[in-house]
Amino acid sequence: MDYAPAKFHKSARELAEPGGAFAYTPEHQAKFDANVKCYPPDQRRSAILFALYLAQRQQGYVTAAAMRHVAEQIGCTPAEVEDVVSYYTMFFTKPVGTYVLNVCRTLSCALRGAERVTAALSAELGITPGETDPTGTFTLIEVECLGACDRAPVVMVNDDWHECLAPEDVRRLVEDLRTRGPAALTGCHLHKEKAAEATS
Amino acid sequence: MTPYAPILTSHVGEPNSYSLDFYVTHQQGYEGLRKALTQEPGDIIDQVKTSGLRGRGGAGFPTGLKWQFVLKDTPNPKYICCNADESEPGTFKDHVLMERNPHLLIEGCAIAAFAIGARVAYIYIRGEFYHVQQILEAEIEKAYAAGFLGKNILGSGFDCDVYVHRGAGAYEAGEETALIESLEGKRAQPRIKPPFPAVAGLYQCPTAVNNVETLCNVPLIVLNGPEWFSGMGPEKNGGPKLYCVSGHVKKPGVYEASMHTTLRELIYDHAGGMLDDRPFKAIIPGGSSVPLLLPEHLDTPASFDDIQKAGSMLGSAGLIVLNDSVCMVWLAMNLLHFYRHESCGKCTPCREGCDWLYKLLARIEGGEGQPKDLDLLFGVSSNIVGKTLCAFGDAAATPVLSTMTLFRAEYEAHVREGRCTLTADWRAAHPVMAAH
Ligand SMILES: Cc1cc2nc3c(=O)[nH]c(=O)nc-3n(C[C@H](O)[C@H](O)[C@H](O)COP(=O)(O)O)c2cc1C
Ligand code: SF4
Ligand code: FES
Repeated sequence: MDYAPAKFHKSARELAEPGGAFAYTPEHQAKFDANVKCYPPDQRRSAILFALYLAQRQQGYVTAAAMRHVAEQIGCTPAEVEDVVSYYTMFFTKPVGTYVLNVCRTLSCALRGAERVTAALSAELGITPGETDPTGTFTLIEVECLGACDRAPVVMVNDDWHECLAPEDVRRLVEDLRTRGPAALTGCHLHKEKAAEATS
Repeated sequence: MTPYAPILTSHVGEPNSYSLDFYVTHQQGYEGLRKALTQEPGDIIDQVKTSGLRGRGGAGFPTGLKWQFVLKDTPNPKYICCNADESEPGTFKDHVLMERNPHLLIEGCAIAAFAIGARVAYIYIRGEFYHVQQILEAEIEKAYAAGFLGKNILGSGFDCDVYVHRGAGAYEAGEETALIESLEGKRAQPRIKPPFPAVAGLYQCPTAVNNVETLCNVPLIVLNGPEWFSGMGPEKNGGPKLYCVSGHVKKPGVYEASMHTTLRELIYDHAGGMLDDRPFKAIIPGGSSVPLLLPEHLDTPASFDDIQKAGSMLGSAGLIVLNDSVCMVWLAMNLLHFYRHESCGKCTPCREGCDWLYKLLARIEGGEGQPKDLDLLFGVSSNIVGKTLCAFGDAAATPVLSTMTLFRAEYEAHVREGRCTLTADWRAAHPVMAAH
């Protein structure tokens, strides 16, 4: 039995996909130009995470071409950008599904059934954690504590949250996402409170 | 239950508690800043020192002292970095503060900046809190519009900017020097100390790194006085405290109390008692990085000093409650999966050790452990403790050393029987283990 696949090791390094020509849209360029002003003029590198989020939002994941563009924006080398990209878990260097399902697997969520949530999602989508389904709609990822352990088990879907997700409710969430799209992402307590306010 | 009226979280249940209007009308909003700006920066530091406020991020270091150490004679700018990375498993209090009471934090940042002579504060928020970040940014904009941030605040001549900086998924970014590296646009890997951030922090300038909850207490101290603060709670453990209770309890959540409150009160009164009324087995009282405590420790007050006397640490006040069904080998394996994943890789004992520990634990939990593995576990953990650059190494070894010390019989049973020895209902609820 392979208890600990080598891919987790810190020295693992995969080269990024080259990708097609990349440049920010005018809207993203304006956002970058505004963000870089939060830092001293000689510290543009501080905007690197923000710049990478923009690139990822624009094309779904970060390619070598996007890293080069970010490097030009920041005024550093592409290698320095790659150094950063490869460290942080929220940047993807390969295409991912429309919905990235990040299931928290750490202790408090695990005590409340996170393993069964992952198992149910795996069964429903026919993929194991780390994979994207053949239609390119869902990517399943196991992540570490999301900082909302009172609402365990927690699943983060792209930037939205779904809290207290019982394994039995997994199928409905997947179906809802398939049919209703992002409108189905109503599982965050903030969402529920807003809905309750609107009806009262 | 000791009577206590929440202060930091007094209005969190109300729909508009996050808004500027609500803050100004119901929480004496920005009165602390107004009062602070009429005083000398040194007076503010003195008040925070007298109050005895201790950092809420994990180490419990006195905040006033930290501010006092910030280098004064320097031509360079100074910075406040607010640590909103909140990634310690079991911790979710800063989440609530930023979501429900963001102006308290913004006011705290402004007062802290005034006290140390900074003009800029960065709030480093973890990337996963994007929904919280949007609330925070919208409210910062309102604070600017109302003249509580920006140029010449309240006519005092003091300028202060507050910016939110989004992280991108790294527990280690919560360590203060790693946070600074990350803010500078690098990998979140710690620096060698000294120099401490107070001397050479962000952009090599004097910097104070403070946790969200720490900064939220500052306006209250300025407004109500240091004696009010220190009088609340045991000696040297004053002020309101937020506790995050999760795991096997009926009502997990964030509960505010004074540090007189015992672990038992937190579990049984605040959090509604044990889930399904099963027996209590153990508790991790301060986030995943601290040693476990047992039933005999339940009457310990949840203060920095009392928890330490009991053999653990209050840390980030993340209480993870465990019932009798929890397998301690599984628990250590679950947490080492976390530490292995989050180790920044800068020092060998931590990077290689966490990986090794996880593999050993997975082997034992999987039923293929050998008697010599127990000594190996102990040996590897002991070789991490005290031999790493940052406190992460000690933290990662703790779940192993603590469970092995307190529950050695469970480890031995796994090796002897070649399987997890827990009850069938627990294994049924955890498919990963049921597979063995
Ligand atoms: C591995 C590691 C992770 C940490 N994570 C956090 C965190 O997420 N949030 C936090 O406030 N402090 C965290 N800390 C503690 C910080 O290093 C630092 O002590 C704290 O931000 C100081 O603020 P305080 O004095 O207000 O507590 C962490 C420390 C270590 C070693
Ligand atoms: S102890 Fe671990 S997390 Fe800390 S610097 Fe070393 S490798 Fe990085
Ligand atoms: S353990 Fe899942 S959110 Fe903390």
